[in-house]
Amino acid sequence: MILDGKCPTGPIQQTWDKHRFDLKLVNPSNKRKYNIIVVGTGLAGGAAAASLGELGYNVQAFCYQDSPRRAHSIAAQGGINAAKNYPNDGDSIYRLFYDTIKGGDFRAREADVWRLAQVSNNIIDQCVAQGVPFARDYAGYLDNRSFGGAQVSRTFYARGQTGQQLLLGAYSALSRQIKLGTVKMYERREMLDLVVVDGVARGITVRNLITGKLESYAADAVCLATGGYVNVFYLSTNAMGCSVTAIWKAHRKGAYLANPCYTQIHPTCIPQAGEYQSKLTLMSESLRNDGRCWVPKNKADLNKHPNDIPEEDRDYYLERKYPSFGNLAPRDIASRAAKEQCDDGRGVGPGGRGVYLDFASAIKRVGEDTIRERYGNLFEMYEKITAEDGYKRPMRMYPAPHYSMGGLWVDYNLMSNIPGLFVLGEANFSVHGANRLGASALMQGLADGYFVIPYTIGGYLAGVKPGQVTSEHPEFRKSEEDVKNSVNRLFDIKGKKTVFEFMRELGGLMWENCGMARSKESLEINLKRIPELREEFWKNVKVSGTGSELNQQLENAGRTADFFEFAELLCRDAHHRNESCGGHFRVEYQDAGEAQRDDVNFAYAAAWEFKGTGKEPELHKEPLKFENVHLAVRSYK
Amino acid sequence: MSEHHKTMTFTLIVWRQKGPNDPGKFETYTANNITEHHSFLEMLDCVNEDLIKSGREPIVFDHDCREGICGMCSQVINGMPHGGEKRTTVCQLHMRTFKDGDTIYVEPWRARAFPVIKDLVVDRSALDKVVQAGAYISCHTGGVPDGNAILVPKGAADEAMDAAECIGCGACVAGCPNGAAMLFTGAKVSQYAVIPQGRAEASRRVKSLVTAMQECNFGNCSNHYECQASCPKGIDVKFIARMNREFIKAQFA
Amino acid sequence: MQFLKSSIGRKVLMAITGFSMFLFAITHLLGNSSIFGWLPGGINAYAHHLHSMPSPVIWGFRLVLLVFVCIHIWFGIQLTIENRAGGSQQYAVKAFQKVTFASDNMIWTGLLILAFILYHLAHFTFQVVSPETAALSNLDVSGNPNVMGMVVAAFQNIGITLVYAIAMVAIFLHLYHGIQSFFQTMGWNNDRTISAISGSGKLIAFAIFIGYLAIPLTILVRILK
Repeated sequence: MILDGKCPTGPIQQTWDKHRFDLKLVNPSNKRKYNIIVVGTGLAGGAAAASLGELGYNVQAFCYQDSPRRAHSIAAQGGINAAKNYPNDGDSIYRLFYDTIKGGDFRAREADVWRLAQVSNNIIDQCVAQGVPFARDYAGYLDNRSFGGAQVSRTFYARGQTGQQLLLGAYSALSRQIKLGTVKMYERREMLDLVVVDGVARGITVRNLITGKLESYAADAVCLATGGYVNVFYLSTNAMGCSVTAIWKAHRKGAYLANPCYTQIHPTCIPQAGEYQSKLTLMSESLRNDGRCWVPKNKADLNKHPNDIPEEDRDYYLERKYPSFGNLAPRDIASRAAKEQCDDGRGVGPGGRGVYLDFASAIKRVGEDTIRERYGNLFEMYEKITAEDGYKRPMRMYPAPHYSMGGLWVDYNLMSNIPGLFVLGEANFSVHGANRLGASALMQGLADGYFVIPYTIGGYLAGVKPGQVTSEHPEFRKSEEDVKNSVNRLFDIKGKKTVFEFMRELGGLMWENCGMARSKESLEINLKRIPELREEFWKNVKVSGTGSELNQQLENAGRTADFFEFAELLCRDAHHRNESCGGHFRVEYQDAGEAQRDDVNFAYAAAWEFKGTGKEPELHKEPLKFENVHLAVRSYK
Repeated sequence: MSEHHKTMTFTLIVWRQKGPNDPGKFETYTANNITEHHSFLEMLDCVNEDLIKSGREPIVFDHDCREGICGMCSQVINGMPHGGEKRTTVCQLHMRTFKDGDTIYVEPWRARAFPVIKDLVVDRSALDKVVQAGAYISCHTGGVPDGNAILVPKGAADEAMDAAECIGCGACVAGCPNGAAMLFTGAKVSQYAVIPQGRAEASRRVKSLVTAMQECNFGNCSNHYECQASCPKGIDVKFIARMNREFIKAQFA
Repeated sequence: MQFLKSSIGRKVLMAITGFSMFLFAITHLLGNSSIFGWLPGGINAYAHHLHSMPSPVIWGFRLVLLVFVCIHIWFGIQLTIENRAGGSQQYAVKAFQKVTFASDNMIWTGLLILAFILYHLAHFTFQVVSPETAALSNLDVSGNPNVMGMVVAAFQNIGITLVYAIAMVAIFLHLYHGIQSFFQTMGWNNDRTISAISGSGKLIAFAIFIGYLAIPLTILVRILK
């Protein structure tokens, strides 16, 4: 089937304005009659719940953490992009649009990206009004920095904790609505099913993580803002609780999952120290503004103290391969280059998984104090984790899974193929194409939540009679029953291996065969091994305790079970995409180390339809048209 | 680089409590094969794996981001919230700060406002209630002025940021002998009081936050400053002074 | 009234009343130091001077002080009871990083000071403890009550000196925490002032301690006769 993204037509500059006008409106006095469920309270979900509540809808918001303020958006460090052009350095909505399309390696929809660039400016205004303490200059004006190799300074930031501050802004707006009674907040609830009645999304079933009780909630529309899925690699920079579960449950109920193979590997993370490790910690990309990446030229030098390796025996591989961008090459390129050096046997640190990020020459140039001022908190973090002093010896870095560009397929209104199911933020696939630019994730989450969904959901609800289905509907009972059965099934296995052991194994396979570089062969290994491992999981996993209490093993087991099914789809998507683009790098498709896109055959979004566990999913394509930005080869040489 | 880490062994004395109404008690466990690179939570993961395999109930504890920013982790280690390392959450506390053979006490946050849910997990919704009482600027989505239309002096922006660094973990309450939330609430009041956008509601905000703090059963401040020492983000007690000042001022507004 | 019910409002009252008593303590010490002879006629003249003020002034002053003491004690007890219920008493192990002996025992040093004040009033104001040396019944050469004689007689007794010394330790501890606490509660504090305020608070507390202790000690070792 050919999918239609329902993008407005005409000159791109007018698409969003025109579309907003064309959207039907809900009568103000009728809004309170509509129930809306928002799952996830990160930037997208928190902003959406707050904005929809303020408009007058009845909102029910859900999160698995103990407070909406803890969503993983909080961990974003770098900043948020906007086309304000405050520094007068040539930025514009058009340039942000262009950079995002190009950065995404021409695998995103033009109209969606245009809208994102257009509302980016409103986001900054909104956050300032909320009191987000963005960095200011001495005159009191907002400060900008250049980020992720962008040619203009368009990134707004709040020290190294921009994500935290933006999330707290959204959380404060949400808290205000909770107090006003327009939003009812349900914490410590994990969504375990989407309830679809007659093909329309009507509610969700959640597990109360404290009591274990299964609860279902009905609504006129359901918004999923449940984040990304890179924990499928087990070790990632995501929080421990981040999972694919919510979107996977929706996928099982018919929602198409698009481009799962587009995963972003962040180049600068602290390398893994041992098997027991539970997560990887990201170090802001800004470090590459002053740090130089290198590995020893000779394997004989690997065990030497890095400061004892003379200049001529060091390989500054990024500067060598990409003379014009050097250490500021985009994320995917920098990550792959690091992996290449390590695969060549020249990686440093435990397991040979690491490259040096050296500040010696920057310290010599501008002094240690300046470096401390710029990155002090990052050096502190590095020392806390590794017990090494980054000022005295080069830091060790290694790429780690960080962000997922793929997600549930949505149309221009952020509605999935299931009517009434909307998907926001990282959980959808819409704007980043095959690769996300730095400081754009926060922008997308808030754009979707504050400035897109409040309009587009109205367009949908205006055509729907409120309260048609209540949670008394048999479909809700059935959903609860299904969830109960799958929970019980996990307890009944009584096997020998722990959930962590399975997850580590699955993550290992994913990282090894479907990580930074993928090949037909490696993916076929996974497509064979993952179903085997999944079967073993369902025969041999050990989950103790009961379902009627706080049981973290059960939570993890459920998430792992979904990751098993999802991992297979991810590999299948990667296997079918016979090209390299953005975060998806197939070793067969390269030109002297550079990704080779195939625009003739693959300029489409691949949306997969679930056909049953272990059954081949059906591929639907949404062709991508580029009328404003011309298809070109990305070059950073 | 040492590829072969020396391993360590610890004795853990951990609070176990089945549910809110269970009396709870301490249990003793051994953590084996721990390296200096294990974080405290990774060490607990290892203990839990052993417990699961030996058919016992793993220790339940709150955690999420494991990089010191989400504020989910909440353990009192040897009598100090987050273990007492300066500017460090439990998830960022590494076992190299302990000595091989150490006995370590692990307890949940304890305060009247934070009832224990299970083992080391406590209910911190009281902090959300304080925020809901008015720790925000009541602006609408959309219809706000340009970001640069409101000039915020750098000093004020920095001060607001110092206050806003709070991760809402509740260590200040857990560390306080009175179970007071003055540092948390003070940081919220100050964050908005120092910037022009927040001035319009400043009096209303401080009054309703202070009331909410009391209604949530938090204690009163005795100016011990234990909260600042407990805070993994080093939030300064000057924000408590600022809240007191704002509160007094609000009586005349 | 909301202010009087609020946590901070009650603390502000504690701070204001406490600070007033602190100011009284300083004045009292300055007056008492006339025992060392810097005022012609010594402490007897000072006492006479005080008592020759119009009685509405004296009783007004005493009344205000009494009300302040009552407010301070009432809220002190109330807040402490609330705090004990709200806090960390249930930890099996508690390692405080900032709490000091002084800050942790304000209620006990406070109650000790209360007991001392009652004794002190009975002793030197109402003069019922040792009637034989009472200043009111023993006049000096100028016909003023012989305060000097009464005080010297009292502190030559090591037991009484000990009672006073213990009370002065309590006052020292109370002020050690209390002075800086006043500035914090009133909101007159920030990160730049806190160490200076806290440091000078402790110094002043110590100075008051030494000052008050100087009188009984110099009498005990017979420097002052």
